[in-house]
Amino acid sequence: MFNPQLNRHGELTHLLSTEGLPRDILTHILDTAQTFVPMAERDIKKVPLLRGKSVFNLFFENSTRTRTTFEIAAKRLSADVYNLNINVSSTAKGESLLDTISNLTAMQADIFVVRHEASGAPYLIARNVEPHIHVVNAGDGRHAHPTQGLLDMYTIRHFKKDFSGLTVAIVGDILHSRVARSDIHALTTLGAAEVRAIGPLTLLPGGLEQMGVKVFTDMREGLRDVDVVMVLRLQNERMKGALLPSSQEYFKHYGLTREKLAYAKPDAIVMHPGPMNRGVEIDSAVADGPQAVILNQVTFGIAVRMAVMSIVAGASQ
Amino acid sequence: MKIVIKGGRLLDPVSGTDQIGNLYIAAGRIVGLGQEPDGFESARQIEASGRWVIPGLVDLSVRLREPGFEHRATLESEMQAALAGGVTSLVLPPDTDPALDEPGLVEMLKHRARQLHQANLYPLGAMTNQLDGKIITEMAELTEAGCIAFSQASLPLMDTGVLHRAMQYAKTYGYTLWLTPLEAALSKGVAASGPFASRLGLTGVPEQAETIALHTLFELQKMTGTRLHLCRLSSAAGIELVRQAKAKGLPVTCDISLNHLHLTDLDIGFFDSNFRLDPPLRGQRDRDAIRAGLLDGTIDAVCSDHTPVDDDGKLLPFSEAEPGATGVELLFSLIVKWAQEEKIPVVQALGRITAAPAAILKAGAPSLPGCGALSVGAPADIAIADPQASWTVGADTLQSQSAHTPFSGYELQGRVVMTLVGGRSVWECV
Repeated sequence: MFNPQLNRHGELTHLLSTEGLPRDILTHILDTAQTFVPMAERDIKKVPLLRGKSVFNLFFENSTRTRTTFEIAAKRLSADVYNLNINVSSTAKGESLLDTISNLTAMQADIFVVRHEASGAPYLIARNVEPHIHVVNAGDGRHAHPTQGLLDMYTIRHFKKDFSGLTVAIVGDILHSRVARSDIHALTTLGAAEVRAIGPLTLLPGGLEQMGVKVFTDMREGLRDVDVVMVLRLQNERMKGALLPSSQEYFKHYGLTREKLAYAKPDAIVMHPGPMNRGVEIDSAVADGPQAVILNQVTFGIAVRMAVMSIVAGASQ
Repeated sequence: MKIVIKGGRLLDPVSGTDQIGNLYIAAGRIVGLGQEPDGFESARQIEASGRWVIPGLVDLSVRLREPGFEHRATLESEMQAALAGGVTSLVLPPDTDPALDEPGLVEMLKHRARQLHQANLYPLGAMTNQLDGKIITEMAELTEAGCIAFSQASLPLMDTGVLHRAMQYAKTYGYTLWLTPLEAALSKGVAASGPFASRLGLTGVPEQAETIALHTLFELQKMTGTRLHLCRLSSAAGIELVRQAKAKGLPVTCDISLNHLHLTDLDIGFFDSNFRLDPPLRGQRDRDAIRAGLLDGTIDAVCSDHTPVDDDGKLLPFSEAEPGATGVELLFSLIVKWAQEEKIPVVQALGRITAAPAAILKAGAPSLPGCGALSVGAPADIAIADPQASWTVGADTLQSQSAHTPFSGYELQGRVVMTLVGGRSVWECV
């Protein structure tokens, strides 16, 4: 089966998932991002790599943070950026997803940054756009959030240098998390020694073992001697169904507190994709503590998104 | 008109016949096999050397999309597709819009089909009004109008109390219920639960959605004795339960779709919405169990589960796409493919799309005219196929208004070239 993210020359033309990408490409993205990180310190924070190109942020699902970081990244590459909040415009009037895409293509789009509530929606778009257009997945359903996965990898590499000896624990709502899936695929591709998932059984999807993940339901046991703790956001609506009884009970067993973090290695780092629910999945003492690298993730996120957009735009047609 | 079909390979799953010979038709019926009846003078001779002459196929689920969904397909287009596929008898599920819950609707549909003068149409009546699972329909009236059994189409089981009553009521008149064994709460996903659905972030349907429903149905069957036909089995565990139920002597038959005979969830690949099917495709082990069950007779029949969906319904993200696939024109070729892959005599394989589904129809509605057999006296519903023809599945090779099928682009071997219903030629491939 062909890989829809790569062109005939094996170059990255769309970024849809961290799954199925060779290690070389992941490393190339991280290396490219590294060259963009120092730019944030400069007076003029721009390079002309995407001058004259149009980037359309197509957010079929609300998001302020991710959209803003993509916007900043595109502007630092000198692209023209257009933000479309689709759920309040065309689809509300009955326009189909592919009609929206054709219309924007007619407006000379070069890159579509897409967030959609349905898993796989960016694949449908990538299959139906002209070859000179690139699609970057900014989160689709429960499936993937590859730029978040990559910025997490950048952060881990920044603090830990090498993946090969690392044990990484992902804590919380893996079932609904596209971030978790993207992290898992990236970590296994980059050669992390052990990837763990920790949570109550209602939030752990079946088949994690086949993805190369060790499953734990006991937080302390799962955190023992890990190098990296990735805490996932727990959405409030999860409390309404039969998944969890209350945020208090969740915090007691799976909220990351100093006491639980003490089971990890003393130099373990704590990550969170944001926005955080303090007192639900993470205690403020940890979120603001010395091991947290959560704000570094945000900074690196811009450089990683710059790297992704400049690499896909540079793919030959 | 008197017709002779000359020199074809006559394949009849009922008698096990597999021989070269002539087939003689008079007054819409088969009057001779091999041996020419006395004084037979044919008005038409059909040359069939190198061809297979088989009973017209009996498809247990073909959605014609009328009434209610004419933008997706019409009676004309889909009946034509059926004939092109060699299907001469087809069962129509009741999930039209409005649902087939009133005798008037059924009569209208039968009337329209008769005017087209083509395949035999056997509608299933809705088991409950508007298929809403609350009030049972006038089953006796619907039977008089032409319904052969009662069904909730592909909907999951509803209120167990209503189901129990519906089974008692059906048993009163000796009717069969055709039900899809799915438990409502567990069947809301779009892919089979498992590693593949987890990886793709698709909501899963566990096999327990099927097994729990089967347990419910079998328990109710022990209370009521109602004959059941189970539609579209999908899991190894489900098939094992049916095997046990049959061994205990419960009056039960079942079918699977072509899609489940050949495909697994892995074939969905990168969210290809042509693979969005209900029930969802399952794993390799399930497909193996389906094939074993079909071979040992646990599974009686294979149907196309023909469901034409238009572009608007399929050019959507996987979870938002409409379930279903076109398939009535693939039934013959894909059964031949199965026979070749499993090294089964073709006459035996063909039984799963002719004699076996015909027996299911007959069990529920004994007054039906015979179908699914090449025997003297039977209606001359016949398909002639070219076993060597190879063709590629796609919009330009299909008569159906929809070309959305997981087999799109497949190169298949064997194709129906001529179809006769009641001794009339109704399809000829040019």
